[in-house]
Amino acid sequence: MLKQTEGSHAVAEAVALCRPQVICAYPITPQTHIVEGLGEMVKAGELADCEFINVESEFAAMSVAIGSSAAGVRTYTATSSQGLLFMAEAVYNAAGLGLPIVMTIGNRAIGAPINIWNDHSDSMSMRDAGWIQLFAETNQEALDLHIQAFRLAEELSCPVMVCMDGFILTHAYERVDIPTQEQVDAFLPRYQPRQLLDPADPVSFGALVGPEAFTEVRYLQHHKQLRAIGLIPQLAAAFSKQFGRNSGGLLRTYRTEDAETIVVALGSVNGTVQDVVDEMRERGVRIGSVSICSFRPFPLAALRAALEHAKRVVVLEKCLAVGLGGIVSDGVRKSLSGIALKGYTVIAGLGGRAITRASLTRLFEDAGRDELEQVTFLDLNADVVSFELERESKTRRTGPTAEAILRHIGTVAASIG
Amino acid sequence: MFQVRIHGRGGQGVVSGAEILSVAAFLEGKHAQAFPSFGSERTGAPVMAFCRIDDKEIRVREPVLQPDALIIQDSTLLQQVDLFEGLPVRGYVLLNSTHSIDELGLGAFSRGPRKYRLHMLPATELAVKHVGRAVPNAALLGGFAAITGVIALASVVAAIRQKFPSKIAEKNVAAATEAFELASKALETSDA
Repeated sequence: MLKQTEGSHAVAEAVALCRPQVICAYPITPQTHIVEGLGEMVKAGELADCEFINVESEFAAMSVAIGSSAAGVRTYTATSSQGLLFMAEAVYNAAGLGLPIVMTIGNRAIGAPINIWNDHSDSMSMRDAGWIQLFAETNQEALDLHIQAFRLAEELSCPVMVCMDGFILTHAYERVDIPTQEQVDAFLPRYQPRQLLDPADPVSFGALVGPEAFTEVRYLQHHKQLRAIGLIPQLAAAFSKQFGRNSGGLLRTYRTEDAETIVVALGSVNGTVQDVVDEMRERGVRIGSVSICSFRPFPLAALRAALEHAKRVVVLEKCLAVGLGGIVSDGVRKSLSGIALKGYTVIAGLGGRAITRASLTRLFEDAGRDELEQVTFLDLNADVVSFELERESKTRRTGPTAEAILRHIGTVAASIG
Repeated sequence: MFQVRIHGRGGQGVVSGAEILSVAAFLEGKHAQAFPSFGSERTGAPVMAFCRIDDKEIRVREPVLQPDALIIQDSTLLQQVDLFEGLPVRGYVLLNSTHSIDELGLGAFSRGPRKYRLHMLPATELAVKHVGRAVPNAALLGGFAAITGVIALASVVAAIRQKFPSKIAEKNVAAATEAFELASKALETSDA
């Protein structure tokens, strides 16, 4: 059914349609509306056979999720930013144990400085924890990916994160098509755990594994994600057949045939990128874009096939690998091993800074002339940076950087963009 | 695409205003996207929300930088925020105020062929009269329907009924309806 609703609410409805039996979560902006919505549904009795467990922290949320998933029930949680960091140890454990938990990340920056707005630093920090990571481009896709995520997680016995941009998607009202319970039931079979804590057939979980077998356990985790490379497109195709629309998959190309410049990005910024691609195409610029949906596993072969005929690739990243540049760029370069193609990393949208069509147009034009640095910070205010570096060069006791910059730029309430 | 920026103060319902407008457009079969600004939302602090309306899917996610219309819930923001930033010539402005354009010193923004289409609406007074509280949203959306014609009053009314429980909804519907009539009448008599 078509509906105009908030992204968080759409996701809550999708998760409910997946019939989770345990939802445990701790509130944190910008994810909160999702679990609030689910909490209301459980309380109102709309979500049958589901227990909503209030926990005292994110560490507890993931620990409870591990417990309930190990007990053999479909389990869901959600978090953002510092919340994900606080549950980090348990995040690794969930993957190491092979428990098919589904978790939404309402993507948000990590402090300090404290910042509640969107970038990808949180889920990127857990990219090697062994979870599958899927990034949604729109609220429709966020909704759809949750339905696919439970099936993917349970087929592989591997946890899945569905990442959606905080505020930009979680708090946006737009049109979504909410499927029926019958449709979702037909796509997502009853959960049949590979392993469970069953008093009638006791097993132990979480053995101490020494050097004699640790590598093999880890290798099999990697092997599972390599299987996901094949399974993710299959599930996307099955989803398309069942629901009549395309969502998910490893990646999606946009006007890349004959493109000399290809932009690679994750998540909601792809919509803005596609608008800019259209505008530039109208002016005869041969440009296209690739939206990576599956960041873990990383689709090396599919990306290589999408990029190999281009002259240059611009990787637009909402996360900074401090001291290196980009994280997605590393994977992109690996996918292009042996191909001589110019590569640019652009760090954009950190801490919620708007990524505008105007800035992207200038950026892509610079890229087309190969006038970009290896690593570019989109819309970096060079004056502010110079002012602070100058100030810090003059005296030893300079005080905290963030506060000095805020004093320098003054009130921000007066500006729109 | 028609783009709207709503300015107000935290607590006045800026985000709800954009949301209701998007639902009204959706009910007319259009695509609509509403989202809050990414600023600190504290009670009383200047806040913004955005709404885009189009006949096709809306992909862009940037804030509304070149609005076709502004809805200003609180006229005291005029001294604090560059409200008209990005507004093109002949752009619509709906300002919640009991004062006239000249009393607010905005004459230079409204006269001549190249200026904004500036409209005043006593939305807070209408809200107090019908809803019993200073919640100007519904009245402003009724006024918006009248001055822009982008959306029908009936759609605003339907969206309000979807958002609120029936008792509160009907009060807001009354405020929106009177605002629509007031703004329509003012439009007939002005040269805007």
